[in-house]
Amino acid sequence: MRTAVQAQVPAAAKDRPSVASPRNRVCSNQATPNAEEGSAPDERYRYDLLVIGAGPAGLAAARGAAAAGVRVALIESHHIGGNSLHEGCIPSKTLLRSAQLIAEMRNAPNVGVGAPTEIDVDFAAVMTRMRRVRDRILRVDSPARLRAEGIELHVGRARFAGADAVDVDGTRLRFRKALIASGSHPLVPDIEGLAAAGFMTNETVFELTRLPPSLLVIGGGPLGCELAQAFARFGSRTLICHSEPLFLPKEERDAAQAVSHALARDGVEIHLNCNIVAVHLEGGRKHVTMVTNGNVSTTVVDEILTGIGRLPAVQGLDLDKAGVAYDVETGIEVDDFLRTRNPRIFAAGDVCLGHRFTNTAEASAGIAVRNALFRGRQRVSALTVPWCTYTDPQVAHVGLYVRQARAQGIPVKTYTVPMHDVVRAITDGEEEGFVKVHVRDGTDRILGATIVGRCAGEMINNISLAMVAGLGLRRLARVIHAYPTQGEAVRQAAQACVQSLAAGVPATNKEEAP
Amino acid sequence: VRTTAVLPPADAAEPLSPADEAMLDSLQRAAFDYFVQHGNRINGLVADTSRPGSHSSIAVVGFALSAWPVGVERGWMTRAEALQRSLAALRFFRDSDQSGTPESTGYKGFYFHFLHMDSGTRAWKCEVSMIDTSLLLAGMLTAAAFFSAATADEAELRALVDALYQRVDWCWAQPQGAAVVHGWKPESGFLNYGWEGYSEALLLYALGLGTPTHALTDASFPAWTGTYQWENLYGIDFLYAGPLFIHQFSHAWIDFRGIRDRFMREKRCDYFENSRRATYVQREYAIRNPRSITGYDEESWGLSAGDGPSAPRQRIAGRRQSFYGYAARGVPWGPDDGTISGPSVLSSLAFAPELVLPALRRMLARGAAPHDAVARASGYNDTVRVGAPVAVAAKGQRAVGWLSEGTFGLDQGMIVLMVENFRSGLLWRLLRGSMPIRTGLHRAGFRGGWLAGLAPR
Repeated sequence: MRTAVQAQVPAAAKDRPSVASPRNRVCSNQATPNAEEGSAPDERYRYDLLVIGAGPAGLAAARGAAAAGVRVALIESHHIGGNSLHEGCIPSKTLLRSAQLIAEMRNAPNVGVGAPTEIDVDFAAVMTRMRRVRDRILRVDSPARLRAEGIELHVGRARFAGADAVDVDGTRLRFRKALIASGSHPLVPDIEGLAAAGFMTNETVFELTRLPPSLLVIGGGPLGCELAQAFARFGSRTLICHSEPLFLPKEERDAAQAVSHALARDGVEIHLNCNIVAVHLEGGRKHVTMVTNGNVSTTVVDEILTGIGRLPAVQGLDLDKAGVAYDVETGIEVDDFLRTRNPRIFAAGDVCLGHRFTNTAEASAGIAVRNALFRGRQRVSALTVPWCTYTDPQVAHVGLYVRQARAQGIPVKTYTVPMHDVVRAITDGEEEGFVKVHVRDGTDRILGATIVGRCAGEMINNISLAMVAGLGLRRLARVIHAYPTQGEAVRQAAQACVQSLAAGVPATNKEEAP
Repeated sequence: VRTTAVLPPADAAEPLSPADEAMLDSLQRAAFDYFVQHGNRINGLVADTSRPGSHSSIAVVGFALSAWPVGVERGWMTRAEALQRSLAALRFFRDSDQSGTPESTGYKGFYFHFLHMDSGTRAWKCEVSMIDTSLLLAGMLTAAAFFSAATADEAELRALVDALYQRVDWCWAQPQGAAVVHGWKPESGFLNYGWEGYSEALLLYALGLGTPTHALTDASFPAWTGTYQWENLYGIDFLYAGPLFIHQFSHAWIDFRGIRDRFMREKRCDYFENSRRATYVQREYAIRNPRSITGYDEESWGLSAGDGPSAPRQRIAGRRQSFYGYAARGVPWGPDDGTISGPSVLSSLAFAPELVLPALRRMLARGAAPHDAVARASGYNDTVRVGAPVAVAAKGQRAVGWLSEGTFGLDQGMIVLMVENFRSGLLWRLLRGSMPIRTGLHRAGFRGGWLAGLAPR
């Protein structure tokens, strides 16, 4: 049983208890030599760019600015690398790899190979591997390396002291421009008795040392679905409770349905339209009361994992003193150039964006740096951002959803290729899923795409590239793909578009110029 | 890998042979008899299934009210009996408890999905159902259109239908904006489902927009169609929905040939043509047969909502296959456990007779007893073996592995209505003259075709 996890509601990102291993944490002796507390403004601490938060956005911004010869300070109180590295994508994907192998061993007879009579899941070894992988990736972002790149690292809590100044544990830093990249922290559901009974978030689940015999996952978003499937594959009796009718509420219905089928196949007990209303501890186990369409039921589990979303880390920064407007739910208010209400201060990443992804954080940081320091006029709305939920099958998306396009009055047509029509998917026995490419009807202009499949996250990059480069489906149809690959599904969708436009119809069907 | 389907012109169907005519007549009559055999003459309620102890489904009552005129026209029932059965149902609903309490019959003009056959009170803890109420109302409007004589009874019937239709509070069913919710329960309020994506709710929106009282807002239909997906699948362009019944239910009453809303104008299609294409997509899926299901081919297709085997998971064709019991099966994303819905194939007759008639002949040659069981039962499945085979194989044919027990009222209703629409167009003709339908379609933006000269009064 888990014994070492502290499960607390993080009131603010900077106030939460650390669960990271000591090697990952920043320590005060790693900081730039400091002045005495309360010292007067000091030229040593005057920066062209001051970055708050050493997550993906902060690191990308600091590195980008330092590489351009700008004097940069980076402030971090917790650990370098941010949530994604420590408690998000990296540890979860490492776990998913182990879980995937377990599923493949169980399904070995599907491809004519005998399954092991008993699959020995050494959960402690799985977690040890996860930490080893995380540590390896962390090396890139060590304080020494950052200093070598010309970044001055300050350790401590950042609080704005005015429109152009930040205090870090008593040291006043002044800036010409600042970038807030403080990230986000888990949103914890308000459920009677939950805190007293104990629960895990995505920031604490990776500290588990023993596999819980049973686990309730609250929330059917990407994190909840990924981990529910993984723990079911490890052998926990796993339940997932989601308040909506379908998992992954942002994704299109067929994709969400595919995830639902996949979880059910892996033995996850699915409770949709379900709300947890109370939890209490009894005999060391968690007794959970849930309501589904008015019907009340109870279940008993050993552990609870909450994954209902994240909140921007805006508290404790004294943003008011800097004239930066924010909302506790939506984060720092920025314009399309990522500028806050204070023209000296910009923001990037989870703290200000709806898309709370590592890739978006890094890309937005680049935009913010260019706009802040180099008179750039780049818009965050111009980003083409693909994302992926790493369930098995994966769900990946880029661009507009059909409903978004239709809401904008754009006529949409979707070219759908089921993976069961793709040669390599058939040979691999991985026929679940599809490629759906949405185009402006009557043209080959790509509006967006959703891919569900074993390697959807890899395949979506093909569509992203086409969208960024302005390539239409006609061009993609002429791109020879390696044969046989699952990626050919995209070419098949493009081919269907070519055939449809050729057969068809409107005189206005013209290939749109890149 | 097959990539492109060949979609023949819509008028490629050949005339019916006498043998096919007899086959259809027999199937339709047998389906009609379901309502006679499983109806309560006192309150007009009809059982959901032929299984012992079945409660009534209000949707099945709607199909019964629509089937009676077919029976009269076909000579299977006297007009007087049809009228009395219809009046019994309408008087029951007029007098029913509309308080919305857990033991009542309905609320705000809508009704609970399932009712006790005798008392007409709520069965189980089911929901007040917007779509099932719509199917019931469609039956009522059919009765009002058919019983048009200037007699006291028929006048009473028409007045009852007016009153029952107009007391439905459609606005109440839009609690969270423009979309209509699926249902409501006294214990917990509205269900957490709204209508999203193309579905049988086309009929619901037409009825909700067509009423002179408590009508849906103008924003409701665009909000719903805003979730439509126009897809090219297997080389066929169509408004996507997986299960076959979605492409059929609204068409049992409304003649969508040649009339178009804004979406269909944009796509240069209509909902009838769309259902024809959906039928071809179903057949294409069966030909591809990605799950290597036993028995799927170009004459054996048809995934829809209905009963299926509840067998343990089995390894079939190199994969672990689950079985889903009663479920909404669809194409191409499933779930697919090898269960074919015979009634859904039959209900596609009007759209693609060139596909349906060969499939029907194949089903009837299966040797099940009675001879039409495979076509009229909710589902059959050749993949799984649950107990002994239920049908003896005719020469050159496979035995049926699993067959749904008895028959379901919704299936029989669709068979009666869609075969009739194929044979005579009776239901379409009746409802083309119905003011709520015309008004509702107009408000939804439908224009052209038979609506062109029929502006709502």
